[in-house]
Amino acid sequence: MTIEKKNWPLWEVFIRGKQGLNHKHVGSLRASDSVMAIKNARDVYTRRAEGISIWVVPSNMISASDPCDEESLFEPSQSKVYRHPTFYDVPDGISHM
Amino acid sequence: MEKVDNKDLEKKFQEKIDQDIKIEPNDWMPDNYRDTLIRQISQHAHSEVVGMLPEGNWITRAPNLRRKAVLLAKVQDEAGHGLYLYSAVETLGADREDTIDDLHSGKAKYSSIFNYPTLTWADMGAIGWLVDGAAIMNQVPLCRCSYGPYARAMVRVCKEESFHQRQGFEVMTKLAAGTPEQKEMAQDALNRFWWPALMMFGPNDADSKHTEQSMKWKIKRHTNDELRQQFVNVTVPQAEMIGLTVPDKDIKWNDSKNGYDFGAINWDEFWQVVGGNGPCNQERVEARRKAKENGSWVVEAAAAFANKRMKKTA
Amino acid sequence: MTTKEALYKYVLRLGDDSLILGQRLSELCGHGPILEEDIATTNISLDLIGQATLFLEYAGSLSNEFKTNDELAFLRLEKDYLNVLLVEQPNGHFGDTIMRQFLFDAFRLPLLTKLQDSKDNTLSSIAEKALKETKYHLRHSSEWVVRLGDGTEESHHKIQESLNTLYRYSHELFFVDEADVLLQQEAIIPELDDIKSQWSQTIKDVLEMATLSLPTNNWKFEGGRMGRHSEHMGYLLAEMQYMQRTYPNMEW
Repeated sequence: MTIEKKNWPLWEVFIRGKQGLNHKHVGSLRASDSVMAIKNARDVYTRRAEGISIWVVPSNMISASDPCDEESLFEPSQSKVYRHPTFYDVPDGISHM
Repeated sequence: MEKVDNKDLEKKFQEKIDQDIKIEPNDWMPDNYRDTLIRQISQHAHSEVVGMLPEGNWITRAPNLRRKAVLLAKVQDEAGHGLYLYSAVETLGADREDTIDDLHSGKAKYSSIFNYPTLTWADMGAIGWLVDGAAIMNQVPLCRCSYGPYARAMVRVCKEESFHQRQGFEVMTKLAAGTPEQKEMAQDALNRFWWPALMMFGPNDADSKHTEQSMKWKIKRHTNDELRQQFVNVTVPQAEMIGLTVPDKDIKWNDSKNGYDFGAINWDEFWQVVGGNGPCNQERVEARRKAKENGSWVVEAAAAFANKRMKKTA
Repeated sequence: MTTKEALYKYVLRLGDDSLILGQRLSELCGHGPILEEDIATTNISLDLIGQATLFLEYAGSLSNEFKTNDELAFLRLEKDYLNVLLVEQPNGHFGDTIMRQFLFDAFRLPLLTKLQDSKDNTLSSIAEKALKETKYHLRHSSEWVVRLGDGTEESHHKIQESLNTLYRYSHELFFVDEADVLLQQEAIIPELDDIKSQWSQTIKDVLEMATLSLPTNNWKFEGGRMGRHSEHMGYLLAEMQYMQRTYPNMEW
């Protein structure tokens, strides 16, 4: 990868709000390198103490599923209702289940 | 990928919108929808960034340490908001720097309120109270806009923006309750910013060329006139409460519409300012252009440095 | 000179350094080289103004006729401001701004670290808070010195020039007068030997990474610590004091 002279690469930013939570995507920004990207993310996305940990990923390194494949990728799992606990009858009076 | 008919895609797209399902970056969307969003979001982003300048004009002259810190934080937030929005623009395949170049060349517009000068400290109050107030009114419905990244950016912006309006109103309240000189300063600021604030909602519905399509796409949820009326309704009592007078002799409560009647807006002035003849159009764009021009060697240096380091580690 | 008088003077110097540098950086809000950097610079400015608020509040409580931090920040004569000349120098181009910041941060970090152990509780607690911020500032400024130094030919040349111009002002950071000696004896403030060697080491390390070299001209500028400023200071104060001078005795 070579960085363009006039335009820094785009980075996607993920913030962990607090210990115990996942990093969550919050937006993107421009930076020349990952060190700068993390610092910029700190200044742009955590001005109000929104996070305790930051991930940055070059936007062009993300592979995404194609929305056109949505039906074939995700619909088949919708019919598998038996994967959810609500599918099953539990007799009255039974607890801890 | 199967070849699908555009008409069919367009129908499915509109169905999604009608069901309030958000559109996300990789989803199919009509070119017009994409172009409208790129135009609207980038202009919104430019407005945030150009909007830093009139208030930035008073940071170094803020009257005490508390006000200085608050104003600085506020103007910095505007830069942040600009960034959230540019980030949304980039999800549509537009390049941020290209849209910024459009701003500098005069091709892209920004909110014309920022072409008015800030002449006294009270203008910091008037801008926070009226301009941010009007902006919030415009922006809250945008949190439900059909395009996911724009809606999410607006949620962030709106959360941060409410402090902006409050700090402005606090400045105004303090001045209005101060010495006669201070009160006069506050009234003068209200006089100068009232009408431009009303113009922020854009032309009357009858003259707004984008409204209908934008409503259908749920990019827009209320018309310009609806939002303007709502703004007048909430702001007039606020002015009265702190002892200031809105500079419009036609302001009158109207029971039948459960809102205030107000005087005619000078649309000639509005179009002149939009067209580049506002008091500060040239200075504002020039300041932004200069910032980029003066910064270009810095951007290039950091890029060159990053490239060198990558070569070293490769 | 009593300990209290010496402490007043010392805290004022710390506060003025933060205030004037914070003021300088605040001029840049809205004019940064790129949006992300605009936000970063403003963050540093905000930190410094926050530090000034605390230092000057403390100074005010030590002054003979009690003064608020705003009175101290906005209503002194130029000769009564005790910041180093370095921080009042104009922003210049981005390289100048960064180099000024770097020379200052590299001093502030070891100073605040030591001040945490001050026998004066207020001073040590302000130092503790400010230190966290300063660590970030130094990272920011030193990373940029390296990027610009080892970036393009143009940036290398520019930041070397900035160093050549500003280095002469850095010696004043180690200014010592009778107030300092008195406070050092009472373990309220640290001796400067260790701080100076840490500062020199930081400068040496970062300049090496940045492929920059110290200027051979070792002339020293000083005066700010005694209230003798550069021509730039009057304009900075005229702007900063504008409201308080034009509308005396009003609340904002």
